[in-house]
Amino acid sequence: MSEIKIVSAPEGIEGAGFFATRLDKVVGLARSHSLWPLPFATSCCGIEFMATMGSHYDFARFGSERPSFSPRQADLLMVMGTIAKKMGPVLKQVYLQMAEPRWVIAVGACASSGGIFDTYSVMQGIDEIIPVDVYVPGCPPRPEAIIDGFNRIQDLVKSESMRRRNSPEYQALMTNYGIK
Amino acid sequence: MAHIQLDSDSLEKETTTLNLGPTHPATHGVFQNVLEMDGERIVSAVSTIGYIHRAFEKIAEHRPYYQITPLTDRLNYCSSPINNFGWHLTVEKLLNIETPKRVDYMRIIIMELARISDHLICNGILGVDTGAFTGFLYLMQERENIYEIYEEICGARLTTNFGRVGGFERDFNDIAILKTKKFLATFPKIMKSFEELFNRNRIFIDRTVGVGAISAEKALNYGFTGPCLRATGIDYDVRTANPYSSYNEFDFEIPVGTNGDTYDRYMVRNEEIWQSLRLIEQALAKMEKEPKGIFHADVPAYYLPEKQDVYANMEALIYHFKIVMGEVDMPKGELYHAVEGGNGELGFYLISEGGRSPYRLHFRRPCFIIYQAFAEIAKGSLLSDAIVTMSSLNVIAGELDA
Amino acid sequence: MAIATENLIADLQSTFGTALSNFEEPYGLLTFQTNKDSIIPVLKYLNENETYRFRFLTDVCAVHYPTTKELAVVYHVQSMENNFRLRIKVFIPESNPKIPTATVLYESANWQERETYDFYGVIFEGHPNLVRILNVDDMVAFPMRKEHPLEDPNRIDKNDTYFGR
Repeated sequence: MSEIKIVSAPEGIEGAGFFATRLDKVVGLARSHSLWPLPFATSCCGIEFMATMGSHYDFARFGSERPSFSPRQADLLMVMGTIAKKMGPVLKQVYLQMAEPRWVIAVGACASSGGIFDTYSVMQGIDEIIPVDVYVPGCPPRPEAIIDGFNRIQDLVKSESMRRRNSPEYQALMTNYGIK
Repeated sequence: MAHIQLDSDSLEKETTTLNLGPTHPATHGVFQNVLEMDGERIVSAVSTIGYIHRAFEKIAEHRPYYQITPLTDRLNYCSSPINNFGWHLTVEKLLNIETPKRVDYMRIIIMELARISDHLICNGILGVDTGAFTGFLYLMQERENIYEIYEEICGARLTTNFGRVGGFERDFNDIAILKTKKFLATFPKIMKSFEELFNRNRIFIDRTVGVGAISAEKALNYGFTGPCLRATGIDYDVRTANPYSSYNEFDFEIPVGTNGDTYDRYMVRNEEIWQSLRLIEQALAKMEKEPKGIFHADVPAYYLPEKQDVYANMEALIYHFKIVMGEVDMPKGELYHAVEGGNGELGFYLISEGGRSPYRLHFRRPCFIIYQAFAEIAKGSLLSDAIVTMSSLNVIAGELDA
Repeated sequence: MAIATENLIADLQSTFGTALSNFEEPYGLLTFQTNKDSIIPVLKYLNENETYRFRFLTDVCAVHYPTTKELAVVYHVQSMENNFRLRIKVFIPESNPKIPTATVLYESANWQERETYDFYGVIFEGHPNLVRILNVDDMVAFPMRKEHPLEDPNRIDKNDTYFGR
């Protein structure tokens, strides 16, 4: 028997030639295994991301074969590295250009909370300006940790409702950040 | 930057502004270039940096000397051991500590591995920018081997926080030596296959020869050091000009180019990788001749004692407490020490007034000084040439902004 | 050919006289002080002299001394042919931090002087583009001065009792 785990099917009713399940489960499955990340790599965590994308850790096997550098075509904004106050408006603009559904993962200590740079010029965590779904601690986090963070995002994507943008919690979150 | 009026016989009447913004797949780091384009040709370029300014020099004035080592890691993060050892060498110069020979040889092994690691990223990414992804994958796999050697000795992969003032925190164990020897045995083959992909590749040569050329006089005036300067023909290397850590006992060459264009920078980096392999081999051989077990200088006032001594020995406990709290007596002094970083002369200008933190610490960062010249180099070239030039200057954002 | 330190000192003192002072050699690097009117002539002399050939500007930075209300602008130059390094310091008052620019001689001073202006407020007269380079453009204070705090004073989420302050 092979050791490789393949994705298990969601709960549903199976029969001869058909499989019936809830639509949002299928959509969640499809979305979570084809997330196109936008690597917003600013500093050292970016180099660990390059190692994750290399053939040893192979990020592409999770469906992220095509890292998109255009926010319009990306699902997942991976912020890797320190975000300085000068870079803040740029990051916010990139986030606003992403289309729903979009998720944000803060890789590294600097993106999560400012890291070791408690200074006047560094933003103490990107959640000051954009909502973050998963935080990956580490300085820099090992590629295994980045992959683990990505798997948590996949769990979130699988279990979310199809149109979370209509839910009241999400609307409240967006108004909190001043995003329309 | 307003549009520039073009000559009356040109097709466009004025230039188009193109923002090669801080987030861009081709800029390896966050720096911005606002380009004025006449079609595909760049008429002028204005660079904006500071998007990752983390105020290292300000932080250094508030931290004790050992806590500055992790800061230096994050300068040129592709070759962080060189920065770490540069800082420790500066502090050792301030304190007049002489490290044993074995420590020097161990430092050379790690520094040359870091240099190889830095050049591998630069050349791999240069290949990616010209459209060739395969070379990058080969080299990243080899960098994993270098990371394993670092991990064996200091515990971390990328931002290593290597060593102590006076030496290392632990000796190279047998696994580390074995991994280094294995690296020396297996890496040349991969490097040769990488060179076969690129060195005589018609497309690569067309993309890089004559592109982004700078003359030797201009390079000196702009303060270039490192591979970018050596590509123009000047063989200045801090390891031979002001030798540190026993580099003067070693036999290695300094590769130089002729034109100072992108192809020469690429070739100089490749040749430096081969020279670094020679240095590692010689250092391993010399290290084995030295008496075993010495991995730090005998300076208990500045070197963190071993944990078993701290729990058993009174003096060790006191030294440990003083060093961790930063209550060590540092002499007053002012010095400048330079090491050959991955990108050029990395200098540390330290003024100490005897307190627990430096009074002033300034990093002379090669990437910052080299990147000034980009606006002039890019003028008149095509946009795709500018991308390749930027990539071959090897600008690391951490070192650019500090 | 090598430069003998005593000859260099004697030559500089005979050319520039009292404009130079405080010759010392901390940790083997010859250092001296001059004033802001003589710095460019001194650099030019060292650059153009055929024996010395100090054609490489290694570093330009500044140091703040709040006790004497002075800023020291520090230049490191080196002569690659002679393998000789030199450090020149110019002390200028905090109230009037003006000094002529070295970009007339060395292109590498361009961004380094901008960085020194950004951090300390030193105004380099004659600089082609003296604006902030590393900090945000609308910053008013000069952050590397000793009185400027390290941490952002506008943070509301940090509880100082946890940090032992």
